[in-house]
Amino acid sequence: MKSKILIVGALAMATALPALAAEGDPVYNYTLAEADIAEIDDETVGAFDAQGWVGGDYNRFWWKTGGEFADGDFDDAEVQALYSRYISKFWDAQIGVRYDLESKGETYGVIGLQGLAPYFFEVDAAAFVSSSGDVSARFEATGELLFTQRLILEPGIALDFYAEDDPSRQIGSGLSTAEYGAQLRYELTREFAPYVALTYEEAYGDTAYFQRLETGSANRTIFKVGIRTMF
Amino acid sequence: MRFKLAGLLIATSSLIAPAALADVYNLEIDQFERTVDGETLTGVSINGTSPGPLLRLREGEDVTINVTNTLDVDTSLHWHGIILDAGMDGVPGISFDGIAPGETYTYNFTANQSGTYWYHGHSALQEQEGVFAPIIIEPAKPDPFEYDREHVIILADWLNDSPYKALANLKKRSNYYNYNRRTVFDFWRDWRNADRGEKTDVIQERLAWGRMRMDPTDIVDITGYSFLVNGETPEDNWSGLFEAGEKVRLRFINAAAMTYFDVKIPGLKMTVVQADGQNIEPVSVDEFPIAIAETFDVIVEPEAGQSYTIFAAAKDRSGYARGTLSETPGTEAAIPELGPRPELTMAAMGEDHDSHGAMAESEAVGIDEMTMNMSGDAHRGHGEMPAMEHGPKVLSYDDLRALTPYTDRRAPDREVELRLTGNMERYFWSINDVKFGDAGPLEFNYGERVRITFKNETMMEHPMHLHGLWMDLLNGEGDMAPRKHTINIRPGETISADVTVDATGSWAFHCHILQHAATGMFRQVNVIGGVQ
Ligand SMILES: [Cu+2]
Repeated sequence: MKSKILIVGALAMATALPALAAEGDPVYNYTLAEADIAEIDDETVGAFDAQGWVGGDYNRFWWKTGGEFADGDFDDAEVQALYSRYISKFWDAQIGVRYDLESKGETYGVIGLQGLAPYFFEVDAAAFVSSSGDVSARFEATGELLFTQRLILEPGIALDFYAEDDPSRQIGSGLSTAEYGAQLRYELTREFAPYVALTYEEAYGDTAYFQRLETGSANRTIFKVGIRTMF
Repeated sequence: MRFKLAGLLIATSSLIAPAALADVYNLEIDQFERTVDGETLTGVSINGTSPGPLLRLREGEDVTINVTNTLDVDTSLHWHGIILDAGMDGVPGISFDGIAPGETYTYNFTANQSGTYWYHGHSALQEQEGVFAPIIIEPAKPDPFEYDREHVIILADWLNDSPYKALANLKKRSNYYNYNRRTVFDFWRDWRNADRGEKTDVIQERLAWGRMRMDPTDIVDITGYSFLVNGETPEDNWSGLFEAGEKVRLRFINAAAMTYFDVKIPGLKMTVVQADGQNIEPVSVDEFPIAIAETFDVIVEPEAGQSYTIFAAAKDRSGYARGTLSETPGTEAAIPELGPRPELTMAAMGEDHDSHGAMAESEAVGIDEMTMNMSGDAHRGHGEMPAMEHGPKVLSYDDLRALTPYTDRRAPDREVELRLTGNMERYFWSINDVKFGDAGPLEFNYGERVRITFKNETMMEHPMHLHGLWMDLLNGEGDMAPRKHTINIRPGETISADVTVDATGSWAFHCHILQHAATGMFRQVNVIGGVQ
């Protein structure tokens, strides 16, 4: 996946503090990446999810990417490039573009909000307008429960919404799919943590109808094993 | 390799010829390899050591200090607590341009004061890399207390990770170094241990922290330090000698970048005689907290045949600095227990909490007595909690009383409010919600008296240090208010100090927690008018 490598390469920027012991707005960077595999219908499916930023406290270039591959082919794969602006103590507003490498090379405009909600929920909410005018939205939230300082359970939820039916992509309008899951990871270090995850995916409305036609079921439960890195 | 305090006069000529009080000191800032607790890291030294050499000056002396930079980056030295011309203060970008690689900068000032002070780097994070050392200025007239010998105890913290890396880690994840967060089992234990009526309180409190997106275990930003006495680890066991019957003056300096200490010497009462270089009415204590950048001088009377542990516990109880007072080198005494790690509680402290922006949310969840207090820290009380009758006497700011009244007794002309603010999640710090990079200078007028009121709206303590001007701490002592160069403000606390604006030029004013200053809790103060 070339574009991902390009983006990561662009982040290899130095950080520097000015000579006096107080800053203007020096540049830092952050990357969080997860990769895992699962057995789904006797097929090994790999998935990756990564995001990061480079910039100061107020203005950041933020990137996100994610996708699935099976049999050496990408199923879903997307990349986002966003300008992220600190708007209040716990929140960034984001605007930028998303490009789907799969399934059909679509480009979207993105506007979103990312940050920390009360009770320590990491929230990422974004609306997308495709080049053909389709409107969709995604809402993700995760929390953390510590069993020990290193053994951490991260429950999460992800919801997808579409403004209109799109039978070509087996999508119905409204809440189309939801994913409820929990990742249990062991932070060997802050930078490196193996994990297992259990997710339950369910389709709703017409999306469920389309999926039942295709696979006979509108939901599935997936067990994943993966690695999380932060750097 | 071990590093000892270079406790020597670096210009011995001052011992003779008291008439010619004008000495030249040469200092060189250079990289060095430093091994602490078995790990070697590159640090920055002054004349090859950290702490650097003790500067022993005399009141009235005209001092010339040539500082040569042999690093490949800019450097600087700042004379902490010394009142001098702004151009000699040593803060790059404010007082001067800094010292470029290969350059020598000459500082000139007259030591117009006496007492215990220190000097340190003010460039980037070099102070944490080792650039600090003590200054003693001998008084023109003897101090009003007696002692037979003295030792400098300079406390420090050393991270076996570059401070630049540490800051980058905190920017990635503000709880990067916190391996003491509350777990579900902690919650379960608290819930089980609570009486029936208090079980909902346990839940309410947990929810309140969550609602505010704050963490009660967030006591310090970085753990994993080695704590040093005069450059030596607890295992090295720095020792200070005494002879039977002597009164020993210990000059404590907290030169740590990020660490507060609680200091005690089990078996000895300590008589505090000086704070921030200024003589105070002697106070006998069993323990004193020392904020970053503060100094306290104490006098102890060790008994013959005894050894004593100088024990400086880090605020978060993640470790301690330790040395030994004894008659013979190489001895040691029992080391006290560190005690439990403190945790922030939302218990009743009730101190003007309405005024805190961060606290306002707490009222929405119905915990009306919420203000934060260090539970392990009740002894720092500023009157909100009467001292326990039988417990050890711990120094508080309320105990500090100047020995001579301050000279300027005018009422303040105006008040400047400085709210100490920050964003723990993003890991940056600010004053009045504005970072240094986005803030204009504070303007003081030469000759006026300004009341500075600090309001700490964060969960962290902040030792605020004003360069070039004294702060008269308003602790209820009236004309006997102690003068300080560094005032510590605890979470939720409001403290005022009056400043006589008697030095013209530009000055730095900042939190002395290094990573707080470096990320924005910093201001420039311009004194307008007066004669340069
Ligand atoms: Cu601070």
